[in-house]
Amino acid sequence: MISQLTVFLENEKGRLAAATRAVADAGVNMHALYLADTEDFGVARMLCDTPNKAAEKLTLAGWRAAVTPVMAVRVPDVPGGLASLLEFLDECDVNVEYGYCMSVEGGHAIDVLKVSGDEEIERKLADAGFAPVSAEDVYIVD
Amino acid sequence: MSREELRDLQLERMKWCVQYAYDNVPFYQKSFKDAGVEPGDLKTLEDITKFPFILKQDMRDNYPDGLFAVPRSKVARLHASSGTTGQATVVGSTENDLKHWGECFARGLAICDCDENATMQIAYGYGLFTGGLGAHRGGETAGCAVIPISSGNTKRQIQMLKDMEVDVLACTPSYALHIADTAIEMGINPATDLKVRAGIFGAEPCSQGMRDEIAEKLGVQYCDVYGLSEVMGPGVAFECKEMSGLHLAEDHFFAEIIDPDTLQPVPDGEYGELVFTTLTRECCPLVRYRTRDITRIISEPCACGRTHRKIDRIIGRSDDMLILRGVNVFPSQIEQVLTGFPEIATQYQIILTTRGPLDHVELRVETVPEFPFDEIRKLETLKKRLATELKGNLQIAVDIKLVEPKSIERSEGKAKRIIDLRKE
Repeated sequence: MISQLTVFLENEKGRLAAATRAVADAGVNMHALYLADTEDFGVARMLCDTPNKAAEKLTLAGWRAAVTPVMAVRVPDVPGGLASLLEFLDECDVNVEYGYCMSVEGGHAIDVLKVSGDEEIERKLADAGFAPVSAEDVYIVD
Repeated sequence: MSREELRDLQLERMKWCVQYAYDNVPFYQKSFKDAGVEPGDLKTLEDITKFPFILKQDMRDNYPDGLFAVPRSKVARLHASSGTTGQATVVGSTENDLKHWGECFARGLAICDCDENATMQIAYGYGLFTGGLGAHRGGETAGCAVIPISSGNTKRQIQMLKDMEVDVLACTPSYALHIADTAIEMGINPATDLKVRAGIFGAEPCSQGMRDEIAEKLGVQYCDVYGLSEVMGPGVAFECKEMSGLHLAEDHFFAEIIDPDTLQPVPDGEYGELVFTTLTRECCPLVRYRTRDITRIISEPCACGRTHRKIDRIIGRSDDMLILRGVNVFPSQIEQVLTGFPEIATQYQIILTTRGPLDHVELRVETVPEFPFDEIRKLETLKKRLATELKGNLQIAVDIKLVEPKSIERSEGKAKRIIDLRKE
């Protein structure tokens, strides 16, 4: 599991700018940002360096921020890369609440998924030949 | 006493009070004349609605003793309100008034099964505040051994509770909780190590959660007491063991519930402002005193067998009341709903706007930091549950808006909870 920085936002003009500025003010470098939005609020999900420090500094600055454990898996950047991963999870009865993907160097993609239903899923993935990613491979751990 | 007999007694006493107040207090002579009524117009209990109200402001205007119906030689005791919301008000009692007060309060002790064998510790403040001495006279009337410890010095309170094997504790709910917590810190489990089995708690608002906590920590029967210094002091109403409302001392006080806007009586069971006419008070008789307290009359017979009707717990003050789409709503009702949602932080704000012909109500709340707010579905479900609960409680639809923590003003002193942007 890796740590995702999650920030709650009101769905109002300027809130995302303010949130990303707050991350910058915390001296934290961001690697990925994904937004989920509804009519009146949104949730910003980020992969960044030192996520614990980032969450702490944002909370102190008055944001609703937290570190959420998510699973990251490296898959080949080819058609069906994500589909085979999701099919495997489905067979294991693991539920995916949300997810996002990014291409990385070396012809690979990293699929980030919020999963629930099986504590052992990372080990099972590794046994089945998938490549769960450790935090160190994505960001500076704190 | 049957309801029939009680109503006859009330009418007889009400006729006396109205005539007596008119004869002895210039304020009533003027207010009755202005309203075009005379004491003789009172033929039935319902006729009281023809008479004008008396307000807290009238008491301030007649400070200190303009509303006294007796000369100083007949006054036995003087109490005064704190005056936190304006000029202090003074209320006097004759010896008969004190005797009746003691009898009213003793009824609460009877509910708690406390008689001459019981020991009562009074941790209400003694002094101008009616709590301490009101409870004291009640304890003496019931024949209890009374410990007049007053408030403060909590460790000593606990020592006395333990050493004197106290049966009943009388104090404010917040102080009761403080006593319980201090005892626990001292290594004493009040529920098992102390003999105290009942508590008469009143004089300030208390949520259901806090009531449960006090009753559990102290291991006592929680007896809610209602009273107000203008009318008498603690003992106007007591909660019986059925815990479904407070029995009014209807032989000494006649209660009406009115709509605070139209000032018209509302049917039994509907919430409104509590109005009292005293039936036996000699020093400061009151005809239709508006308490500003919001409650309702529970007229169904009580399983405990008492025939005096009950009032529900006070849900707010008419000063705080909002009228939303014609429905009366109190901020305390919203707070009550929110306390049932541990996922929601205690800060909230209500924004009222006009949308077309209708009032639009938006409730802004935050989740607690521990809430898994990364999942949209959980946030949406929380919103829906809260909206359903509010709709059920308030009878009006409320738009829930989840907001960032800093967008709601933190309560330092009095937070602004209601923002009314409605057009007139």
